[in-house]
This record gives sequence, C-alpha cells and structure tokens, in this order.
Amino acid sequence: MTTLTSPSPAGAPGSSDERTLAVAASLRQVDARRFRTDRIMQVLVYLAFALAMVPLVSVAWTVVDKGIDRFSPYFLQHSMRGVFGGMDAGGIYHAIVGTLEITAGAAVISVPIGILTAIYLVEYGTGHVARAVTFFVDVMTGIPSIVAGLFAYALFALFFGAGARFGLMGSVALSVLMIPVVVRSTEEMLKLVPNELREASYALGVPKWLTIVKVVLRTAVAGIVTGVMLAVARVVGETAPLLVTVGVIDSINYNLFAGRMMTLPVYVYDQYSKGLAPCSSSATDCITTINYDRAWAAALTLILIVMLLNLLARLVSRYFSPRMR
Amino acid sequence: MSATSPPTAADRPQPAPRRGARRTPRDHGANRAFRLVSTGSGVLILVVLAAVAVFLVVQAWPAISTPSDELADAVSWFPQDTSLLEFIGPLVFGTLLASALALVIAVPLAIGIALFISHYAPRRLAQALGYAVDLLAAIPSVVYGLWGAIVLVGFVHPIWVWLADVLGWFPLFAGPASDPSRVLLTASVVLAVMILPIVTAVCREVFLQTPKLHEEAALALGATRWEMVRTAVLPFALSGIVSGAMLGLGRALGETMAVLMILSPGFVYSFAVLQAGKQQTIAANIAAQYPEAPPLGVNTLIATGLALFVITMVVNMAARAIVARRKDFSGAN
Repeated sequence: MTTLTSPSPAGAPGSSDERTLAVAASLRQVDARRFRTDRIMQVLVYLAFALAMVPLVSVAWTVVDKGIDRFSPYFLQHSMRGVFGGMDAGGIYHAIVGTLEITAGAAVISVPIGILTAIYLVEYGTGHVARAVTFFVDVMTGIPSIVAGLFAYALFALFFGAGARFGLMGSVALSVLMIPVVVRSTEEMLKLVPNELREASYALGVPKWLTIVKVVLRTAVAGIVTGVMLAVARVVGETAPLLVTVGVIDSINYNLFAGRMMTLPVYVYDQYSKGLAPCSSSATDCITTINYDRAWAAALTLILIVMLLNLLARLVSRYFSPRMR
Repeated sequence: MSATSPPTAADRPQPAPRRGARRTPRDHGANRAFRLVSTGSGVLILVVLAAVAVFLVVQAWPAISTPSDELADAVSWFPQDTSLLEFIGPLVFGTLLASALALVIAVPLAIGIALFISHYAPRRLAQALGYAVDLLAAIPSVVYGLWGAIVLVGFVHPIWVWLADVLGWFPLFAGPASDPSRVLLTASVVLAVMILPIVTAVCREVFLQTPKLHEEAALALGATRWEMVRTAVLPFALSGIVSGAMLGLGRALGETMAVLMILSPGFVYSFAVLQAGKQQTIAANIAAQYPEAPPLGVNTLIATGLALFVITMVVNMAARAIVARRKDFSGAN
C-alpha cells in the first residue's frame, strides 16, 4: 500500500498512468469486500427496523380484527352483573367508570406534586437536595409497577387492615408511577422558558412566585399539558398494580373510597383468565369464545383511549405552544 | 427578627438585619410560602421513595421472621422444607433469565433501529419512523400479554420446535419444545418488544450526539457508511448503549402481565427455556398468587416484591449513574 500511495518523486508520465490504474484496480479489489460489508450492514439495519414494525402491525391488526365484532354501544353501556357462562351479554361500562375515576384520582394526586417538584428543581433547587431529587426521580421511573401496587397495599393495610381494597389505593399506586413522568416532562418544558422573560418580570418588580405562576408556567402551559396527558396515557394501561389494590368486580361501583372497582386492563386480564366457556351442545344462546371476544373488545377500547390521549397531547403541543418570534 | 433578640441588636444596631434582608429581598408572605411548598413537594418525592422501601420491609417482616415450616403450613403454595430464601431463589433466577434473554434479543435490534433512524433513513421520514417505534411503548402491557398468549404462542411454536431439533445440544434450547409454547422464550420475546422503545430512544439520542466532525472526518478518509458508523458513531455511543440496555433491563425485570399471561410457571433452576413449567418471575408470581393468598402468604409475596425492588433499584441506579457520568464528559450540548 505504501509504495502505491506514496507520491513518486519524478516518474515518467507513462509509469504514473500505470500506477494510477494499479491503485484504482487494487482499490476496487479491496473495496469489493468493504462495499459488500457496507451493503450487508445497510440491509441488516433496514431489516431491524422492519422487524420492529412486525409486532406493532400484528398487535394493532389482531386487536382491531378480533375486537371489532363485539365492540358496540351495548358493550360500552352494560356491566357484567348477572352475566355467566357463555351468555351472549355483558360489557365494560363498570370497567370504564373505574378506569376513569382511578386515573383521574391518580392525576389529581400526581399533577400538583409533579409540577411543584419541577418548579423546585428549575427555579429554586441548588445543592445536594436538588441533585438527590433529580437522581431519585430518574430512579423512580424504574420502579416496577407491581411494586408500586404492593406499596399502596402496604400503606393502606396499615390504616384499614389487611384485605382492604378500594379505588383510591389504585390511584395512589398509579401516582407513584405517574409523578416521575410528570416531573421529567414539566422540568424539560420549564427549562425551555427563556431567562429573559423571568428577568423582564423581575425588572418590573414582580415577586418571584408571581413571576413563576404568571410568566413561566403560562409560557410553558402547552408543554406541561402535553406531558401530563402522555403520563396519563402511560398509567391508564397499567394492570398489575390495580390487580393488587383494587381487585375485580362484576357490577358498577362509582365510589372511589369504598369497595372494589373494575378497570379496563384488569377486565381484559380477568376475561382472558376465565378461558373458554363451557357450552352444552343443545344450548343456542351460548358462545364458547365469549370471554376471549370480550377481552379483545376491551383491549380495543383501551388502545383507542390510549391513542386518543396521545393524539390529543400532540395536538395540544402543536396548536397551543407559544410562538417564539 | 432583630427585635426578638435584643443583645445582638444592641451590639450591632443596623448591619446584621440589613445584610440578611438584602440577600433575599422579598422572601416573605406568598413568596416564602410558594418556595416552601415547591421545595416540600421535591422532598416529598424522596420521602415517598423511602416510604416504599420502609412499608415493603414492614409488610414483609412477618414472612421473614416466621419459621419456614410454619410458613408452609399457613400458605398452601409455599413448598415444604424450604426457607424463604430458597423459595425466592428460583424466582430471582427466572426473573433474571427472562430479562437477560429479552435484552439479548432487544439490544441488537434497538441499535439497528436507532441507526436506521439517526443515520440511514431519509431525513424527512426519520421523525415519523421514530414516532412509529414510540407507539410500541404506548400499547398497554395487558394487550401485549393477550396478543402473546393467543397469537404469538401459536406463531412461534414451529420455530421453537426447529430450535430444539437443531440446537438441542445447547442447554438453553434443550428439547422437547412444549406445545403450546407457553415457555420462557416466548415471554422473553414479548418482553423484548416491550423494552425495544426505551432502548431505541436512548441509543437514538446518543447516536445523534456524535460530533459531526468525527463523522465527516471518517467519510473524508474514504470510509463507507458502515465504517463511519463503526469507527465514529459506535465508540462514541458505547456508554449510552450500555445505559440504555440497563434501563431496558430494569423495565423487563418488573414487567408482570406479559409473563403472567404467557408463561406456564414452575419453580426450579432450569435453563431449558423451551420447556413449560420450569421457571417463573417474581412479578408474575405475585400477580398470580396475590388474589387468593392468606395474610401470611401476602407477606411472603411482599418479601419477594422487596427482592424485586432491590434488584431493579440497583440496575436503575447503575444505569442512571452511567448516564450522569457521560453527561459530564461528552462534548455535546
């Protein structure tokens, strides 16, 4: 290689041409292998992406395909009270009520704490405490959801005795999972607010707390709302903590503070675990796969809710974020 | 303030209070309240995290302090003649095995996808394609479980049979492959799909931070695109890839529903991931036994939950520490 590439001091034109050709030939030879590796890696990278799309498409298609039959106004407006065996009846109204109330409860707990913590980190926090909070918020995002459920159970078992199960326990469990997400996204948004705005406000004699409320939060509100909605979308599909804290029930319970509640993800799991329904051969109003059908339809509802929240979050951030010049 | 402490006020009449007042000009009333409330909620997060650990220990204590033969009498599924540690052991093993397999499947794929989005895909498409990968994270875990248990189990069965035939000499793939494929490998595949988005997101982030000059220098030296990636992008991103993988590991360790709905459980130390009824994970075991557990059984399950909490904490803290150290040294930003 060195002899080929080193510039020849005073070679005749003919030999220089030969050398160029030789260099080109050798390069082509070497390049063939490098070129092939490059192509192979490119194909592999494209394949990796295609492979990742397979489960996404498969899940989406299966859920729609299997869930659409049972997905009807009747299904959305009825509970499972008095439904048994292979009866062609029953719906998810009680599960929707439970999911909405418990998730709303979780949001009510975690949004103020999350936003205030983010304000502390961005506007006030310095030194050891702030660094510890930042680190442990990150660590908190990694708490397994079932451990959050066990924590809520352990907390309430202290006051209400073992075996306590009601909606608020689920809200507490979900808020343990939700708080770090809200803190993280709000923190990002507050950091984006230009310092000039704060300084301008101070220069006008506005106290710091009013500056934060009226200037900083107002500038970042679209981003914060987006973050909160994405956090809600994340916890709305959580199953394990609700299985542990809220339990399973067939009828409608509007009370967040007493009695078990059904939620959509737990409903999906519950129907799945019931398996095939036993049907006698003479029965006409009996569907063997009814439990699976209900599970798929409930899964479809759940995915629709999550996607709707995601979509709304994107729209809010697109249309309501402030125009910076 | 100075009025309440007359001696110091008498010694030095003016300067001390004025200096204090000047440092925080309007730190009283609403201002002070707001600062305290927001600081308080920051501290509350630390308290909550500590409370999680404390309450788990308190609730796990009855199971830890009870002799194991009494545990076996009180709890139907607790095996005879084993201590609590011997009960948790296979569960920890199953959890680690499932997560490790998921990681082995997910990390190479995630690196490929992240490279595709950061360096291979057409610029205009990249963002939309990245969003498609993020959608994988939006699907609830119970839906993955349902899909895995009803669709994937049937789909992978011929592949697992083939694996057991060809690679059966390797302990991991020891046959015969169970039918239906309610085995650990199927659960790991679903876990891999579930952790793919977070690993990809971290990798993509660090790939995009590669200094442009390094990339251009590699290309100027005649490197092909892959050589540029191998010599400039991957070495720069190595620690980011490691921390992304560990974050994914943290997720996989705690994932409940997919394993619960797919795996047919067992409680032995076995590497045979194609055979049903061998392994079980901590999280899935809690969810499976909890609804019908007697009080002491709940305590036992919480003790296993405590083990899971400690494992995930260690993994996550290590991952975050790597990310934090990286931030200090990287030339980006």
